[in-house]
Amino acid sequence: MDFLSGHVPEMLPGNRSLPPVQGAFEAPHGTTIVAATFPGGVVLAGDRRATMGNMIAQRDMQKVFPADEYSAVGIAGTAGLAIEMVKLFQLELEHFEKVEGTTLSLEGKANRLSTMIRGNLSMAMQGLAVVPLFAGFDVDRGKGRIFSYDVTGGRSEEQGYASTGSGSLFARGSMKKLYRDDLTEEQALTLVVQALYDAADDDSATGGPDLARRLFPIVTVITDEGFRKLTDAESSEVARSVVERRLQEPDGPRAALL
Amino acid sequence: MSTPFYVSPQQAMADRAEYARKGIARGRSLVVLQYADGIVFVGENPSRALHKFSEIYDRIGFAAAGKYNEYENLRIGGVRYADLRGYTYDRDDVTARGLANVYAQTLGTIFSSAAEKPYEVELVVAEVGAGPEGDQIYRLPHDGSIVDEHGSVAVGGNAEQISGFLDQRHRDGMSLAEALKLAVQALSREANGNEREIPAERLEVAVLDRTRPQQRKFKRIVGRQLTRLLDADGAGATPTDAPSDTEEPDAPSSGDAGGTGREGAAETGAGETGKDGKDGADGADGTEGSGKE
Repeated sequence: MDFLSGHVPEMLPGNRSLPPVQGAFEAPHGTTIVAATFPGGVVLAGDRRATMGNMIAQRDMQKVFPADEYSAVGIAGTAGLAIEMVKLFQLELEHFEKVEGTTLSLEGKANRLSTMIRGNLSMAMQGLAVVPLFAGFDVDRGKGRIFSYDVTGGRSEEQGYASTGSGSLFARGSMKKLYRDDLTEEQALTLVVQALYDAADDDSATGGPDLARRLFPIVTVITDEGFRKLTDAESSEVARSVVERRLQEPDGPRAALL
Repeated sequence: MSTPFYVSPQQAMADRAEYARKGIARGRSLVVLQYADGIVFVGENPSRALHKFSEIYDRIGFAAAGKYNEYENLRIGGVRYADLRGYTYDRDDVTARGLANVYAQTLGTIFSSAAEKPYEVELVVAEVGAGPEGDQIYRLPHDGSIVDEHGSVAVGGNAEQISGFLDQRHRDGMSLAEALKLAVQALSREANGNEREIPAERLEVAVLDRTRPQQRKFKRIVGRQLTRLLDADGAGATPTDAPSDTEEPDAPSSGDAGGTGREGAAETGAGETGKDGKDGADGADGTEGSGKE
């Protein structure tokens, strides 16, 4: 990135001049991303919907991307800018790895992403914010970790679970009641799909599992074996079992009252 | 003031070429061979941290003989070129041919510029295709020419003798174990015809494996996997070494020993390589290498 800014600065997201805009500017926005840790790793998942104002811009958008072998990033906010940011982030991690012969630490990667979000601040002030969620397996500590960000690039590590995007409040409420710190990998997968279902239930900009079009949330797992994206078959199986249960209990599993 | 002697351009170029050739020949040889599932790089390298082979991009690998600081410079330049290309256009638009052209330009310019000493390096840029017919291997001598190679190529040290040896014995469709054996056999032949033993820990081996599920096909072969391949008998090894290339089965146990599929140097604090690089090289093979590794 430093090399790029020296040579072709116009290729970097933060260095473009913006046309003055009046009022709200509409571009496709991605919506909800959720993540949860379990002993041995972390899961990161996102719904598939992109919206433009009150319209659905895209039904099958991909919002969760591998950053490198041991980390992934999920994006919420202006889709075009976010995808470009992820592309540049992936490139930077790979470039560092090839040039230095070693990978960045998870903290290093999280900090790098923070700087990139801060670079987008002027865009964010015009309503084109990008707020990713970063999750990875910390090889040194042997556990999964989650980092959340605000529009100014402020970074904070989340314990257990986190969410970002328009449906994040509902997803967080859902996970708050369902999360335990001894989940198995499969339970963690169900947890994030439940959370996405709850987000889609109450937030119009978040898409739920689309059984008719066979569009299911994108779910990824990162463990000491690296990044793995669930295949369509696997993710549809989790989503179908959640939907199946909701046919009996539309509000989802109940937590104990006391 | 003394009048400078007239040196004819032919003579000047010949001197420079000789200087570079001698420098390259002082380093140890390395070989690059095609095998059934890709391209294998084999070289003798006592250092764990300073690599002769490296990944440039998804399907492109780099090998160099000669002076470490010079080829490291070129390597980083190549990584930058490839990453910038891939970011600007698409990952598929980064090709070995384009990269080889850039290297040829750079080497050619340096070679003929009177102000600089010629680089004492010889490079190999290889790209693995979807099938064996798509494989490309380019050899780039010190003067900036490009040689399109097929099957096998050797650079550095007594490269000519080794290539002759390889040309006779290399055939298409070898298994990885067979190719590796042939490479080690070729490398252990000395100029005077004697054979010497090269232990596995002094070998640097890397492959561009087209069967790897990941987008990035470059992988270092180290530790147990290397000894297993070396011990395997040519024909019998074919079925067993195929799954081992997919890397994942033994990943948990060989964690930092390359099972992570990343650089073998991961744990050696390669951040310091830049500074310690030359000392490391000198120290490691000071007896015969004189820093030419």
